[in-house]
Amino acid sequence: MKTDSPFREIDPQSDHVLVRFEEEDLMLPLGENLAGALLVAGVMPFRHTPVSGAPRGPFCMMGACYDCLVLIDGMTVQACMLQVAEGMKVGMPSADRVHDV
Amino acid sequence: MYNVDLIIIGAGPAGMSAARRAAELGISVLILDEQPVAGGQIYRNVDRASAVRSDILGKEYTHGLALTKGLHHDNITLLKGAVVWQIEEGTRVAFTQNGTGALAVGKRILLATGALERPMPLSGWTLPGVMTAGAAQILLKQSGIACQGAVLVGSGPLLYLIATQMVRAGVPPLALIETQTTRDLLRSMRHLGGALRGWPYLVKGLRMLWELRRAGIPRHVGATGITIEGDQAAQAISFYIGKSAHRIECDTVLLHHGVIPNTQAARSIDIPHLWDAAQNCFVPECDAWGRSAVATVFIAGDGAGIGGAKAAAFAGEIAALEIAHDLEGISRPDRDAAARKLRKHLAIECAARPFIDAAYPPYAGAIAPQDATIICRCEEVTAGDIRRFAGLGCLGPNQAKAFGRSGMGPCQGRYCGLSVSQILATANNISLDDTGYYRIRPPLKPVTMGELAAMAASEINEVKE
Amino acid sequence: MKQPRYAQWSQTSAAAWAGFAAELSDATGHDLGLEQNGGYDLHFSEESLEATVSQYEVLKEKLGGDYPFEVLGHNALRREEPAIGPKVVGAILHRQDGHANPLNLLRALADDVRRLGGQVLTGKHVTHADKPDLFRVSCADGTEVHARKIVLSAGLGAMSLGPVLGFKAPIRPQRGQVMITEKLPKLINRPSLIARQTDEGGIQIGATNEEVGLNNGVTQTGLSGLAAEAVAAFPSLAKAQLVRSWGALRILSPDGLPIYQESPDMPGAYLVTCHSGVTLAAAHARFLPDWLEGTDGAPNLEAFSEDRFTLS
Ligand SMILES: Cc1cc2nc3c(=O)[nH]c(=O)nc-3n(C[C@H](O)[C@H](O)[C@H](O)COP(=O)(O)OP(=O)(O)OC[C@H]3O[C@@H](n4cnc5c(N)ncnc54)[C@H](O)[C@@H]3O)c2cc1C
Ligand code: FES
Repeated sequence: MKTDSPFREIDPQSDHVLVRFEEEDLMLPLGENLAGALLVAGVMPFRHTPVSGAPRGPFCMMGACYDCLVLIDGMTVQACMLQVAEGMKVGMPSADRVHDV
Repeated sequence: MYNVDLIIIGAGPAGMSAARRAAELGISVLILDEQPVAGGQIYRNVDRASAVRSDILGKEYTHGLALTKGLHHDNITLLKGAVVWQIEEGTRVAFTQNGTGALAVGKRILLATGALERPMPLSGWTLPGVMTAGAAQILLKQSGIACQGAVLVGSGPLLYLIATQMVRAGVPPLALIETQTTRDLLRSMRHLGGALRGWPYLVKGLRMLWELRRAGIPRHVGATGITIEGDQAAQAISFYIGKSAHRIECDTVLLHHGVIPNTQAARSIDIPHLWDAAQNCFVPECDAWGRSAVATVFIAGDGAGIGGAKAAAFAGEIAALEIAHDLEGISRPDRDAAARKLRKHLAIECAARPFIDAAYPPYAGAIAPQDATIICRCEEVTAGDIRRFAGLGCLGPNQAKAFGRSGMGPCQGRYCGLSVSQILATANNISLDDTGYYRIRPPLKPVTMGELAAMAASEINEVKE
Repeated sequence: MKQPRYAQWSQTSAAAWAGFAAELSDATGHDLGLEQNGGYDLHFSEESLEATVSQYEVLKEKLGGDYPFEVLGHNALRREEPAIGPKVVGAILHRQDGHANPLNLLRALADDVRRLGGQVLTGKHVTHADKPDLFRVSCADGTEVHARKIVLSAGLGAMSLGPVLGFKAPIRPQRGQVMITEKLPKLINRPSLIARQTDEGGIQIGATNEEVGLNNGVTQTGLSGLAAEAVAAFPSLAKAQLVRSWGALRILSPDGLPIYQESPDMPGAYLVTCHSGVTLAAAHARFLPDWLEGTDGAPNLEAFSEDRFTLS
């Protein structure tokens, strides 16, 4: 899941806080855009589609495409419309959610 | 429950300048935007951007500060992070903020929901690592995040702008793969005379091209047969220039071939739209003040037809004048005098458009994609599927939903609607106006069942009180 | 629903559905997502549960005992549906009820009719029909179609075309707002009128019953009401995202039951209209052709003739 990220911060401004993505602990910049922070941390993909299980990640970054969906507190939400908060637990809404249960 | 004279949806240049002008004329304004800060797409996050970022993004960007400051006015209430999901009766707006559903009622509504990037369905465009060029720019504006080793694909001034911003941020793109042809350029020349009135845009364009050349960014112009390769993520992009095949390895591909009006809100209340052949998109029908067929609802900015940020700001003010006139905040002669000046500026802003539209048309390979290319990203419906539906008698996009679920996922057709209309129109050989578009229904954006249910409870309470 | 002949007719269809679905998917390759494990009528109060049970008892008696249903209390229901909420006191389980994917049914029918040699003309608006010799159907674009028999199955379009062919066609629109969630893991096993889960994972909720003429819009109050009921039945739905909603117009006769009628003025013209076209699809495909051709095997559909509306 974690790769060498092509994304990097050019003017880091915020303190970093602990966020969990699936099984992994990440230090992400507090208050910054969640999708962006996950990209910098090398997270990819964000989810697998419920239709075919294909991997997906952020596409539009403006709340229109819904490819950045993640699972927070039992809800599928757009990572690109959220800000990093301390102790956030982020999961992947995976294909298994639909096909295996 | 909010009760105001004017509800504005969208705090970009159109929404912000309309809010200020209306507020100054004594109109109470509620302005809603789903983003956490005002600014819209072009001035996104301008209030909080660091000096480093502002330098990269340029003066055009910091210009937005004047507009965001303008929102500090006693008559203006700004709700950030407010996602509008339903409009009813031309006066009632339902939205969610911080996980709670709420209602607002206004005598008038102004839709200033801006533009979306034109869907660019290519083989491989759903792979992780493929984003819109606008997305890369948003990352830069909003979070100061730069993307190394990306390839930019498509056409248009925004593609050049984003490329130069990447150069300034120290992460020059590997290459630009441009889809416009010299024939397009020749054809655009007949608009050059008119475009000269908008000469600053032409100068800006030339300056950007010069900046890219100086940075040594390879430009492949007239590309066809573009395919993104990769299994779990993007790994390379291949294309043709004339007959010669090219391939560039990269893990980030940024797509862009123009922007189109975001018409979801207008369509959800059945405002009629027409096909605009020059801009290759549907635009809502409005009068010169931005008033739609629903008399209480106005549209301004890119959502009414692509004109750019400055044009959006003028159009917002023009709509505000008419709204204030409706609500007796300004006399007819004063309205007309103010509007005359604004229209003059607006005309200059729009002068270069026909030239730009003709010189940078959408990529033909994405307007008529190959059968195996996914069109509806949410439901994973391909171009071939849509053509098969046409063979089964499917005449329009709404039937395409029933035939194969296209447009039925969470994005509600934002990234497939135009493609589905165009593929069906071609397959059935009927015009785009007759083919039409998806019927957009609430919720405009997904809303949780819990939020909806809670609103039912509060209504019961209201009745009880 | 509580009319004996209709109960029989829909049971006949339910029994025919499995064979019908198998035949269609063999022929076309479309899986219709048919599940016939029963469905519920959920109740939030003991009173409403008891009242409904006694209505079903009466119906069962009229049908000579051939109307199977079971009553489940909250705990029994919870064993079947772990997601059910505490506000649901119990349910009536109809073992024959089921669920199919209507979109796949539509696609399979569209394919199969053509495969069997049927011609489908789309984009044609029928403006008139008469019978100079054969029947003649005229379309807005000038197309004319001639046929020995004609079936008027135009839904609400029968309001205007019905009288032209000698029918009363006393039908009206009734709006049902429906909504559907994002695709979710299996949460609901059996369908009910409140919520059902499609084979793709989306949960379909609704519908409302509203007399608003031909207005097929969606209202916030309508959606909120449906959501409140669904969350009361299945509390974990509170976190589900609603992605789509629509307003659809039911085609209702005065008593809500289907109409099957041959035209008294123009023999050879038939009116077929109903509100439960998916439930009845199997019966319509299997048995209606015999009725249309007047064979010995024709089902007795007298109870559904238009005469019932003059008598009562
Ligand atoms: C990704 C992208 C990047 C761009 N970058 C540039 C650039 O660098 N330079 C340039 O000159 N032009 C750029 N453009 C074009 C530019 O965006 C427009 O010309 C200009 O912003 C139009 O202003 P507007 O006020 O009409 O809309 P926008 O600025 O787009 O504002 C619309 C606002 O409406 C909000 N909104 C939409 N729907 C809802 C809803 N349902 N509920 C609540 N709020 C909602 C959005 O969050 C947004 O803030 C870009 C366009 C895009 C799509
Ligand atoms: S990236 Fe498109 S909605 Fe988040």
